[in-house]
Amino acid sequence: MTPLLSIEEVSVSFSQHKRSIAAVRQVSLAVAARECVGIVGESGSGKTQVFMAVMGLLAANARADGSVRFEGHDILATAPEHLNRVRGSKLTMIFQDPMTSLTPHLKIGTQLAEVLVCHAGKSWSEARIAARRMLERVRVPEPIRRLNQYPHELSGGLRQRVMIGMSLLCDPMLVIADEPTTALDVTVQAQIIELLRAMREEVGTALVLISHDLAVVAGLADRILVMYAGRIVESATAVELFRHAQHPYTAELLKCIPSLSSPRLERLPTLAGQPPQPGDSLPGCMFAPRCSRAAERCRVERPLLAPTVGIARHVACHYPLPP
Amino acid sequence: MLRYFLTRLAGAVPTLFVIVTIAFFLIRAAPGGPFDQEQTLPPEIMANLQSAYGLDLPIWNQYGRYLGALVHGDFGPSFKYKDFSVTELIGQGFPVTLELGSIAMALALILGIPIGTFAALNHNRVADYATMSLAVVGIAIPSFVVLPFLGLAFGIYLRWLPVAGWEPGSIRHLVLPVVALALPPLSVIARLTRANMLEVLRSHFIRTAFAKGLPLHTVILRHALRPTLLPVASYLAPAVASIMTGSLVVESIAGLPGIGRYMVQGALNRDYTLVLGMVIIYSTLLILMGLVVDLLYAWLDPRVRLVR
Repeated sequence: MTPLLSIEEVSVSFSQHKRSIAAVRQVSLAVAARECVGIVGESGSGKTQVFMAVMGLLAANARADGSVRFEGHDILATAPEHLNRVRGSKLTMIFQDPMTSLTPHLKIGTQLAEVLVCHAGKSWSEARIAARRMLERVRVPEPIRRLNQYPHELSGGLRQRVMIGMSLLCDPMLVIADEPTTALDVTVQAQIIELLRAMREEVGTALVLISHDLAVVAGLADRILVMYAGRIVESATAVELFRHAQHPYTAELLKCIPSLSSPRLERLPTLAGQPPQPGDSLPGCMFAPRCSRAAERCRVERPLLAPTVGIARHVACHYPLPP
Repeated sequence: MLRYFLTRLAGAVPTLFVIVTIAFFLIRAAPGGPFDQEQTLPPEIMANLQSAYGLDLPIWNQYGRYLGALVHGDFGPSFKYKDFSVTELIGQGFPVTLELGSIAMALALILGIPIGTFAALNHNRVADYATMSLAVVGIAIPSFVVLPFLGLAFGIYLRWLPVAGWEPGSIRHLVLPVVALALPPLSVIARLTRANMLEVLRSHFIRTAFAKGLPLHTVILRHALRPTLLPVASYLAPAVASIMTGSLVVESIAGLPGIGRYMVQGALNRDYTLVLGMVIIYSTLLILMGLVVDLLYAWLDPRVRLVR
């Protein structure tokens, strides 16, 4: 069975001052229908840029290589007119900051309805009715009043609900959620995660959840990919990853999650050193300078994403942590 | 909305009063008077003239009389254009200036905004550099150079349009002056639109609009244009001022019977009432423009509330 989305050897680089800076290096991954894949990594690990390339939303000075297939069609090389057949309808995206991601001078109703007018060929009045129903589905109170309000009249949580509703209007096959809860209050975060879970069960769409927060991803994702310095370093099911991380970086990340049961006044572990700057290149493993297990081989030979135990389990490390 | 409009209009009255007062005393502070000529007049005739126009009264008294007449809509008699009141002079010339100015303003907006958008969409490409270089030329070359050049090209060599002159209702006579007058604000608007459009195109909500799969023209027209136009709206008041000062030059070169010439001649002749009349007309226009800008702002950005 062909996966819904398959990303093969995708690299993204930005040209700046005549220099090319690599942000994503030969990333390959696949998302099956109805699957939820979590992408975890620090800022600058390239996790967002991979999916910006998928959506055709890279900045003007960026360049993407490789191949992205959605339902079997290559969408990386196509012109925007062709991409627009799936973009926004079958393939949608939710962004990090709901404060700035909605057009400030257009009413909520217009911003929702235009998706259906554009993709489903509905009239504005039909589309507005569908928009109202969608607001009910994403649990926005007083949907009729909200349709006539502007984004600044809504709270952050409500705006993110609107964004989620907007992404679901055309019954998408795949929704990409880029840090959907990062800009929100903690209590609202939980509500939004809950909403995403409910929507996934209701609609049956595949979901890519991009986050720097392992806890956010843990509750939703079937499978988690860990990215570091533009590459995927570990891939495992959520359960396996939390039970036993094989890549030292993943293990360190897991240690950094504060626990309510740990003794008080204990210092929260942090990862020593700095992540490599975008564009930095090392001959060996990019994590070697920060890795306690690094040996000479790690500095000269780049570890490839090698299958270890089981099918879904991959790790890019010469000396993975033993079980 | 109507209430806001009326309160703002009422608020303009004290502003105008201050402007009139400052202008009244400033022009009086200038040396010389309206009846000074190369040959000095005999003292008796001078005294007669002074008293006929009330210039022999103490200055506070003159000021009071001027304000009193102004409240009744009387701008007073012109000192230089004998037999004409300032109201008559402005009444004759203002429609011409207004027509010239508003067509130039409309042209600047109708062409400037699409040109700026076009340049932004071709950012860092030939079309961008070409239009923006032309815009710099448009800003840099004054209308008193552009207009004679246009007259030479289209009036004398090509013989398409009249070089100068005026016939009531004739569009052809207006073409060259309008183009010369519109060029600087058009260039500024094009540059402003380009810069802001580039800024807006980088914002998150534009990324959302593209992610929704909307075609480019919908993204530009529905999502990007209105926030782009906010700074352009702020420029409208200075643009009107620039067109007004531009029309002083353009009208005299093209021989149009507008009011532009009165500003310069009135000041040189110490034609006190005419200068004051012009000041009132121009400042009223600018104040009105400021109000229009605020209303535009409220339309362009729903977060702007008109509260008063």
